[in-house]
Parts: sequence; C-alpha cells; structure tokens
Amino acid sequence: MKVNVRFFSSLREQLGFSVYVHETGSETVSQLRSELMGLNPLFAEVLAHGKAIRMALNQEVCQDTALLSEGCEIAFFPPVTGG
Amino acid sequence: MSWEVRIQTGDFDLSHEIAQLRSGQFQVGAVCAFVGTVRDRNSGDQVATLELEHYPGMTEKSIEQMMHDAHNRFDIISSKVIHRVGVLNPSDQIVLVAVTSAHRGESFQACEFLMDYLKTQAPFWKKESGPQGSHWVDARISDDQAMAKWGIVSQNALPNELN
Repeated sequence: MKVNVRFFSSLREQLGFSVYVHETGSETVSQLRSELMGLNPLFAEVLAHGKAIRMALNQEVCQDTALLSEGCEIAFFPPVTGG
Repeated sequence: MSWEVRIQTGDFDLSHEIAQLRSGQFQVGAVCAFVGTVRDRNSGDQVATLELEHYPGMTEKSIEQMMHDAHNRFDIISSKVIHRVGVLNPSDQIVLVAVTSAHRGESFQACEFLMDYLKTQAPFWKKESGPQGSHWVDARISDDQAMAKWGIVSQNALPNELN
C-alpha cells in the first residue's frame, strides 16, 4: 500500500526533505520505521532506535503498534517545544 | 461554549482579541489571558531570532482537543488560542491563550491548563539562532511535570522512545 510519510523539525532538516511517499509492505508504524531505516544509511541514522522520536498516524499521536492503511499519513518528529 | 484556534505568521492585538472573545457574552465576569513572548536569552545563550515550525492540520486538531478538554474540565464560557509560526525576534509575541468564565477561578485555571497542555502536546518546534549558531530547542522535563498537577501523565521531554 502507498503511505505518506512526513518529517518535522530536526528530522526534516537532517533528511533534507519533509514528505516521502512510500509503497510499503509494513503493517504497523514500527515496521514502517524499520523498513525506511533499511532503505539507506541516512534514514537509518535519522530514525535510529533509542532516539527521542515521536510518531503520529493521520495527525494523531500514536503508539508504534498503530496499524497503517492505504493512503494514511505517518509523521516522525522530535519532542514538541511550542508555547 | 465556543472556542477558536488560529495559527498565523502575523502578530495579534490582545485588546482586539479579548474584545472579540467576550463580545455579546453578558454572562462573562472574568477574562484571563496569557501572552508568551520571545526572550533574548535562553539557557545562557543569546537569542537573535526564533523560528517556529508546526504540523499544519495536526496542530489545529490537537489544540481543539485541548480546548474541548478544558471546556469539559472547567466551567468556562469561551476560549481562544493564537500561536504564531515563522521567524520571530526578541520581545515578539508568540502565543495567546485567553479564556472567559463567570468567575475568576475557572478562567485562571483553564488558562494555565491550556498553556501547560500546549507546551507538551501541540506539534510546534522552536529553533534558536544567535552568535553561537542555530539549534533546535530541547523539550523541558519541567513542562511535563506541570501536566502532573492536572492528573495527566506527559512524557514529551523523555530523552528516548516512549514505546
């Protein structure tokens, strides 16, 4: 299925782009993250496990077990610092 | 019960926003407003500019959820959140949270609740620039701790993954 992956803040900056449309075989957000990390060293570094990365599915904060669906929007970003 | 969320690059006028918020609301007896502004120093570093990024769509949804919670939790009449994005300079206004209620206690509390919530849950990110270079601002544990007094567990600033 095709999914839209978005990156914000320092993750966007490190990658050099903010949107990545991806044909995925993953079922969950966690699997998608691992799949992206396997694509190239840059994804592997930016999305490395253990870092403070938050995730959202269809614009709501989610757990890494959240299920993907056709055309869904997944976002990866660092802790928020607004206000 | 009404609320409004605006994300904008431009400045806002506090008097105008409050007048609009309580216009025609004759049951209002209290208005509480918080304005956050850009400091010229943060953690010892001089700040020349502050750049704010956000997640369009999710930002509005998350703040609307906070306002919904605030209206459920406190006996308030109306609320408004304005958050600026883009490049800001020291002394610029960043954020407005304004709440009305019949009596002062509820609007004081709801205003603080909304600000605490916004700090830890709304998808905004700050980048500071100054003589020492640019860096993304770190989330603060103290902001998560502020959420505890509302009975809400927040782990935004944890330096690792949450799952």
